[in-house]
Amino acid sequence: MAQPSQPTEGMDSIPALLQRNATRFANSPAYREKEYGIWQSWTWAEAEKEIEALALGLINLGVNEGDFVAVIGRNRPYFYWSMVAAQSVGAIPVPLYQDAAAPEMAYVMEHCGARFAIVQDQEQVDKLIEVQEELHQLEHIIYVDPRGLRKYDHHKLHRFIDIQEQGRAAYYEWIEDLKARREKLNYDSICVMLYTSGTTGKPKGVVLSNRNIIEASKSSSEFDKLTKDEEVLAYLPMAWVGDFIFSIGQAYWCGFCVNCPESPETMQTDLREIGPTYFFAPPRVFETQLTSVMIRMEDASRFKKWLFHHFMAHARRVGPAILDGKQVSGMDRLRYALGNIFVYGPLKDTLGLGRVRVGYTAGEAIGPEIFDFYRSLGINLKQLYGQTEASVFITLQPDGEVRSDTVGVPAPGVEIRISETGEVFYRSPGTFEYYYKNPDSTASTKDAEGWVATGDAGFFEEGSGHLRIIDRAKDVGKMADGRLFAPKYVENKLKFYPNILEAVVFGNGRDKCTAFINIDLTAVGNWAERNNIGYASYQELAGHPQVLETIRTHVEEVNRSLADDPMLSHCQVHRFLVLHKELDADDGEMTRTRKVRRNVISEKFDDLLTALYDGSEEVFTTTEVTYEDGRKGAISATLKIVEARVTMETVTKVAAE
Amino acid sequence: MNDMSQETTVTADGRKIGGVVMEMKNITLRFGGVVAIRDISFDIREGEIRAIIGPNGAGKSSMLNVISGFYHPQEGEVWYKGERRPPMKPYQVAQQGIARTFQNIALFEGMSVLDNVMTGRIRQMKAGLFAQALWKGTAEREEVANREAVEKIIDFLEIQHIRKTPVSRLPYGLKKRVELARALAAEPSILLLDEPMAGMNVEEKEDMSRFILDVNDEFGTTIALIEHDMGVVMDLSDRVVVMDYGKKIGDGTPEEVRSNQAVIDAYLGVAHD
Repeated sequence: MAQPSQPTEGMDSIPALLQRNATRFANSPAYREKEYGIWQSWTWAEAEKEIEALALGLINLGVNEGDFVAVIGRNRPYFYWSMVAAQSVGAIPVPLYQDAAAPEMAYVMEHCGARFAIVQDQEQVDKLIEVQEELHQLEHIIYVDPRGLRKYDHHKLHRFIDIQEQGRAAYYEWIEDLKARREKLNYDSICVMLYTSGTTGKPKGVVLSNRNIIEASKSSSEFDKLTKDEEVLAYLPMAWVGDFIFSIGQAYWCGFCVNCPESPETMQTDLREIGPTYFFAPPRVFETQLTSVMIRMEDASRFKKWLFHHFMAHARRVGPAILDGKQVSGMDRLRYALGNIFVYGPLKDTLGLGRVRVGYTAGEAIGPEIFDFYRSLGINLKQLYGQTEASVFITLQPDGEVRSDTVGVPAPGVEIRISETGEVFYRSPGTFEYYYKNPDSTASTKDAEGWVATGDAGFFEEGSGHLRIIDRAKDVGKMADGRLFAPKYVENKLKFYPNILEAVVFGNGRDKCTAFINIDLTAVGNWAERNNIGYASYQELAGHPQVLETIRTHVEEVNRSLADDPMLSHCQVHRFLVLHKELDADDGEMTRTRKVRRNVISEKFDDLLTALYDGSEEVFTTTEVTYEDGRKGAISATLKIVEARVTMETVTKVAAE
Repeated sequence: MNDMSQETTVTADGRKIGGVVMEMKNITLRFGGVVAIRDISFDIREGEIRAIIGPNGAGKSSMLNVISGFYHPQEGEVWYKGERRPPMKPYQVAQQGIARTFQNIALFEGMSVLDNVMTGRIRQMKAGLFAQALWKGTAEREEVANREAVEKIIDFLEIQHIRKTPVSRLPYGLKKRVELARALAAEPSILLLDEPMAGMNVEEKEDMSRFILDVNDEFGTTIALIEHDMGVVMDLSDRVVVMDYGKKIGDGTPEEVRSNQAVIDAYLGVAHD
């Protein structure tokens, strides 16, 4: 950037914003958490006191400026406070994925050299103790939930509230130090370090400054006219940049309230109770919700079913247009209003989306049917495109220009260019500072002028000026005959079927495409129950002939739709198999944000991949699996390989059958 | 460890185990001509996890039913907190602070989890029927206090997501957990668990073991349990009573029991899964 952006009103750090909010919004709620069945809340003034007590406690414990403080837990106010308290004392918070296995955690902890960790419970404490040998810098662990930890050696283990208590007791000793440390923070100081999920290789620590976070939060809040009255539900992993921006960046900038669910399992109930006005979810959440609605509708009475389908058909026709403020006839509007009373309103309320003013989905492509379903109900669901390195925002969809196949226009302050190879580059105030202890990667990702390579291939659509993303640039390959191979595009088409949870398409350097498929246990299990098909395990259900048959029809439908695409008609799936286990982050097959790791999968299931191409009809395989507690086991299965019909008309080369 | 000392001992993992809280002296229980329990004596000490094991038909459940006051032994004495207990009805035993779960789940199927657990608080409710109906004053305060206690247990056993779900819709493993919640709601001084892991898969067993240990650790509750899964018993318990054909054939720490030849012959060598 030629001219580094300057802070507005002296708001040059998150702790500074906290001070402002504690006076300006003193009595408005800042945090809510459901505990013991009741929503407990903290106002901004109260939150500031809690954070101050913790910050004093941290100084008392010996946290120095520049130290890294790991934060490991699910979304709870205590961990948001921990991050801001760490910032207040000049330390750098590093949120980690709480479901990471011990070795993964060890790598990150070792890489950042955290001296302190603030964690949720015994599970996390145990993991850290397990890898203690490798972590020479780790000195103190602070935990929130004392359960099961009483008997542990407490020399280096502290309870969260005790640290706060010590902080309060040592108020006069440290308050001046705390103020001085807070004063020193500015737009250039480090706000947070977030580890990327790493579809390839080891995770990288992305260093984001206060400038990055505040500028990104400010411009995106203005873009969607967010106010202090928004309600958000914080349920996405705290280690993910999105949560940091929504639940800290934007929340502190605007002064709105962050609500934390009681437990991950109660998220749906809590969503309903809170009724967020600003909602963010990966496509998977919307898919799951839609699947459960459809399953429940199957059980409804005939009249209700008729009512639902009748009005949903109408909504699909005119709903999106009404939402976009386009011309719709009076009669249609009247029918839509009726539908709103009978179907859409109650349904939105059940889903907990009744008050949503702005909703976003990102991270993966969303199925057009799913996207349109929510839009037609009148929920302003939009897409954005972003990454950790950009402090989330690269492109956003403005109200009134929302479509399922593009990711929108450049976010305010973001410049985008497409390289000759088709890769998307951007430059913005949110652009990360550097990768921690990794100058090589920094140099290869971000050039001297501040342009960052996204690693995604895309293009601007003529006319609308919207960006379309095709695939990860490194995943886009060539078939044996030199034609374009874009696996993600095909996989997304497959994943839009509720029965298919994951798909991995192969074909790079080959003469035809094949696929691994994971069934969705909820959808397929429900179907099995309905049709009196008994099964004892995931594996058995996945190998059921009727399931294979259903999946085959899905694959063939995708093939038909691909045949119409002149660019990708040769990417039709010729043979596929349904995997005997779910792809899982614990086995390294996916990232913690649930993106498939192609290389790992093709190496690990090499035998299956060979079988897909050598014409065999079934293959016996044994796979190592990791249980949640880190132990290993093995499962073996004989998998059938299914041939799928490819649609020939538009395929130039005759497919080998 | 097997003597009758009243002194407090501390286990290897730092839990305090107090004096004898319940003692069974020469219990014999007959059903007509069948002798279910034959002259058995053992004690339960405060804060410990005491297991009763044995092959099918050994008389374990009968023993638990004697403790809970459901069966009255023809011979022998039950001593509780230093006093000889006269024959009692099960509800009187419950009022003394002994709560239990059942081998075949005995919950109110049509009621929600929350209501089921609330029934466990009956011992703590003092307000009369009329006051309850009006729901004013004491009744209201009581309900709020009880609900708070129940919510803590719900949180402890991680069943928040099914709080309002009718029990009939729950899978087996969760029903077992709800039953444990209801027993805990009574704030018992002794908790009797009749095969808490029967019919569970490995994961559910691990969860349940964790909860049993946590209950013991967190609330200091004395626990007596019957269990088939030897691995679980050996890991959880402080002391084990082994029964076979209504007789006691072993008593001691898991290690002692494991090396006891009579026990190996009767049970461990044969029915180990």
